[in-house]
Amino acid sequence: MSALILTLPFTAQPATTYSSTDPFSQGWQWLTDPLNWHGPLSVPVRILEHLGYSGLTLLISVAIAVPIGLYVGHTGRGRAVVVSLAGMLRALPTLGIMTLFALLASSSLSLMPAIWSLVLLAVPPILTGTYAGIAAVDREIVDAARSMGMTEQQILFGVEVPNGLAVMLGGLRSAVLQVLSTVAVVAFISLGGLGRYIIDGLAVQDYGQVLGGAVVIAVLAIGIDGLLAVLQRLVVSPGLRAARAAPEQDTPVLPSIS
Amino acid sequence: MQWFLANLPQVLNLTGYHLIQAVVPLVLSVIIAVPLAQLARVNKVASGIILSAGSLLFTVPSLALFVILPSILGTKILDFTNIIVALTIYAVALLVRSTLDALNSVDDTLRQSATAMGYQPLQRFLSVDLPLSLPVLFAGLRVISVSNISLVTVGSLLGIPSLGFLFTDGLQRNFPTEIVVGIVGTLLLALFMDVVLILLQRLLTPWLRTGKSISATPRSTAVPA
Repeated sequence: MSALILTLPFTAQPATTYSSTDPFSQGWQWLTDPLNWHGPLSVPVRILEHLGYSGLTLLISVAIAVPIGLYVGHTGRGRAVVVSLAGMLRALPTLGIMTLFALLASSSLSLMPAIWSLVLLAVPPILTGTYAGIAAVDREIVDAARSMGMTEQQILFGVEVPNGLAVMLGGLRSAVLQVLSTVAVVAFISLGGLGRYIIDGLAVQDYGQVLGGAVVIAVLAIGIDGLLAVLQRLVVSPGLRAARAAPEQDTPVLPSIS
Repeated sequence: MQWFLANLPQVLNLTGYHLIQAVVPLVLSVIIAVPLAQLARVNKVASGIILSAGSLLFTVPSLALFVILPSILGTKILDFTNIIVALTIYAVALLVRSTLDALNSVDDTLRQSATAMGYQPLQRFLSVDLPLSLPVLFAGLRVISVSNISLVTVGSLLGIPSLGFLFTDGLQRNFPTEIVVGIVGTLLLALFMDVVLILLQRLLTPWLRTGKSISATPRSTAVPA
């Protein structure tokens, strides 16, 4: 396996020279080596690639999942289909889908096969979050809005979405987390992103690079998740906060970081 | 299909490895998460620490955790132990939360009756609190099981054998059939585990099978006509 990775068209970073054999201090030396923070293949560039892939994936996923979730949540139609479809998609191994799409695509280096396989990963949490958020809004509030003469569209966007926003964002947050984690895997099919350090490092047995790259990925994921948690608090109407504090604060913890 | 039949021994072999890496964390997580959840239930400080440590660890991407663990545990990078420990960490993080919810949802009057009947704390926990939490516990286990089965495949990027090997090998040999076999195998394995967990839950919670739900409705309405 390592032989093939070595022949990939991406050149690795110039190697950091270590003064120790201990993996931890090697990882630290890799992280603090200025060589790894400047230039076309450096950490900042890889972070941008990582975020770029993730952003594109999430844009497509939101465009697909949110309208369907809103429709199903508002009308209650197709509920069973959505729930079972999301469950089935969750069981799909993203790595398998990614390699399959990459093989079936015409050009082996194109980005979209990887993005589509990530979309399959991101759609279920967004879809179920949106649907569950809308469906969980108290029916009495919706009926009250309807009796006040609001149109269905006004009910959806003026009543149901603001009330269900906390749960909807919870779904989005777990999708973001899963995508950020899984983008690390696209390095295997010859794309960029922070996963490159792990894959390349393993190929040349440069464990300082592997460890350093892994730490950057972990810190990025934790940081962005924290940012989204703050955002979630800011966006949700303060009137709902008291009501929300009583039941479970977090949305059901979502699985799978592949 | 032809390829699958010709390579059946290898596929079964990989399935075996896959199953071990997915099931062991499941078992370990129950053993670790249940006491932690009980500790979190009775101790406010412990609860804060356990839950926030859990959600932090849960945020660490699996590929990163797989390669960080060897240097912490002193294991080889190709060791199964890394995958098992990593998946156990995720499973515990998830299961502590749902077990805590489950334990909290046990009716307090039941606990008091058990105590009044002379149950010792540990005995009461094992024969009253825990059994009543099983449905929620199993719901958590089913979620974990599906994600474990999928996560194990990522280990193949490091060269650790599982059905994920069919993905990496198939990509390198430019052979989609092999990848499809891997995907179908993974899905079947997830389905199989789900069925096993459902059956196990039915076996362990026999009171939920008798009648519609004796535990949920007041006794008067549960009396058969």
